[in-house]
Amino acid sequence: MPYLDFLMTYSSRFIDGTLITLGQFGLAALVAIVAALISGLMKMAHSKTMRAIAIIYIEIFRGTSLLVQLYWFYFVLPLFGFTLEKFTVGFLTVGLCYGAYGAELVRGAIQSVPRGQWEAALALNMSPAKRMQRIILPQALVAILPPWGNLMIEILKGTALVALISVADLMFETRQVNNNTYLSAQAFGTALIIYYIFARFMVTPIMRWLERVMARKIGRT
Amino acid sequence: MKHDKRHDLSQYPLRLEGDNVPMVRFQNVTKRYGSLTVLDGLNLDVAEGEMVTIIGPSGSGKTTVLRMLMTLETIDSGVIYVDGEPLTHMEKNGRLVRANAAHLRLIRSKIGMCFQHFNLFPHMTALGNCIEGPMQVLGLSKQEAEERALELLDLVGMADKRDQHPSRLSGGQQQRVAIARALAMRPKVMLFDEVTSALDPEVISEVTGVIRGLVDQHNLTMLMVTHQIGFAREISDRICLFFDGKIEEQGSPEMLLDNPQNERTQQFLSAVLEAN
Ligand SMILES: Nc1ncnc2c1ncn2[C@@H]1O[C@H](COP(=O)(O)OP(=O)(O)O)[C@@H](O)[C@H]1O
Ligand SMILES: [Mg+2]
Repeated sequence: MPYLDFLMTYSSRFIDGTLITLGQFGLAALVAIVAALISGLMKMAHSKTMRAIAIIYIEIFRGTSLLVQLYWFYFVLPLFGFTLEKFTVGFLTVGLCYGAYGAELVRGAIQSVPRGQWEAALALNMSPAKRMQRIILPQALVAILPPWGNLMIEILKGTALVALISVADLMFETRQVNNNTYLSAQAFGTALIIYYIFARFMVTPIMRWLERVMARKIGRT
Repeated sequence: MKHDKRHDLSQYPLRLEGDNVPMVRFQNVTKRYGSLTVLDGLNLDVAEGEMVTIIGPSGSGKTTVLRMLMTLETIDSGVIYVDGEPLTHMEKNGRLVRANAAHLRLIRSKIGMCFQHFNLFPHMTALGNCIEGPMQVLGLSKQEAEERALELLDLVGMADKRDQHPSRLSGGQQQRVAIARALAMRPKVMLFDEVTSALDPEVISEVTGVIRGLVDQHNLTMLMVTHQIGFAREISDRICLFFDGKIEEQGSPEMLLDNPQNERTQQFLSAVLEAN
C-alpha cells in the first residue's frame, strides 16, 4: 500500500490519537506547572512539615519510573477504593511526575533572583506573600523559561506512556493501526513525525516566544 | 544563644516618653555573626529632622547599623526604638518581648532605605517602581499612587523617564528613582547606604543634589553612610566615626573633621583625604 493511501485510510485514527495526545500534554503541563510551583515553594518554606511533604513528593516521583507510577495509579489505587478515569490518571500522573522535576527548577529560579530584590521589597514593607507574588516570581519566571522549555518537551514525549493504560492517544492508535495492518514502518513512522512536529514546531517556538515576551517585559531587550 | 536568654530586657523602657524623644534610638545594641561581634553595645540617638552621617573604615559595621534599623537583620541584644516605640521588641503584659511580624510591619512603615546597588525592580518601569509600595502596601488607588509618584519623580528630576525600565537608566538615574520609590512610602526616617559608591564620578552629584534637597525637608530624619567626606561635611548635623563596631568619635562636621580628638580618627581622615 503506498504511503499516501495508508495515510488516507488511517488519517482519522491518527487525528483522534493526536487530539488525545494534545489534551494529555496540555493538561499534564498544567498539572506539572501547579505541582512544581507548589512543591518548589514548599521546599523553601520555614515550616519543617511543609518541607518534608515537598521532599517526599519530589523523591517519590523523581525516584521511580513514570510507567510504574501510571500502573500504580491505574491498577493499584482502585484496590484502595480510588477509581479514576484512565484519561485523568494519564495526564495527572505524567503531570505529577514532571512537576517533581520542575520543583527544582522553580527553587533554582527563585534563588537566582538577587537578594537585593527581597530586601528592597521588605524595605517597602511588602508582606511575604506580596514580595513573592509581585517581585520575586515575575523575575523567577524569566529565569525558569529556558529550562522549562526542555521539560515541556519531556512531558510531550512522556505522554506516550499513557497508551499503556489504554488511553487512546497517538501512540495507542498507532499500535492499533500496526496490529491491524502490520505496516510498522508507516504506522510508527507517522507517529514519529507527528511527535517531532509538535515538539519542534509547536512547543519550542511557543517557549521561545514566551522567553522573548518576558524578556521584553522585564526591559532586558 | 544562651547569652541572649539571660539578656535582661527589664532595664529598657517600654516606650520613650518626655520632651526630647529621639526619632531613632539604638540602646546597647549588639549584633553578632557567629562568633564575630559586628556591633558591640551601640548607643546612638538621632533626633527628629536630624541628618546623621556614619563614616568609618570598611567592615566597621556601618551598613549593619542601617540594616538593623530597616529590620533586614535581627539584633542579638539591646533595643532599637523608632519614634518612641520599640522596633525590635514590643510590649506584652507590661514587658518587652521580641517583636512579631505584625509589630515589625507597623514600625517598619516609618522607615525607608536606599541601597548601594539601587535594587530597583527590573520588571517595572520607573513609575511602576514608585507606585508599587503605595498601591500594594498602603492601599492607594492607582491614580493617587501615580500622582504621588510623579511628584517625587519630578523632585528627583526623573519625571521624563517615568516609562523607562531600570535597565535603560544610568546608575545615577536609577539611584534617583530608588530615592523617589522610598519617599513614596512617606517614611519618617530615610536610610542611605553608600548610595553613590556604585556610581561613576561624574554622576555622583545628581544623587547628592537630590539628598541635599531632602535635608531642607525639616521633618525627614536621615541616617547616611558615605565615604564622601566633603558631602558629609556639607549636609550633616552630626558625623559618627565607626571603628570595629563602636562609635569612636562623633560630633558636628567641624568638630570631627577639623579638630578630631582621637588618634584613630585622625588616621582614618588623613587616609580618606589622601584617597580623594
Ligand atoms: N551576613 C553576614 N554574615 C557574616 N558576616 C557579615 C555579614 N554581613 C556583614 N558581616 C561582617 O560584619 C562586619 C561589618 O560589616 P558591614 O556592616 O557591612 O561593614 P561596613 O558597612 O562598615 O563596611 C564585616 O566584618 C562583615 O564581614
Ligand atoms: Mg557597607
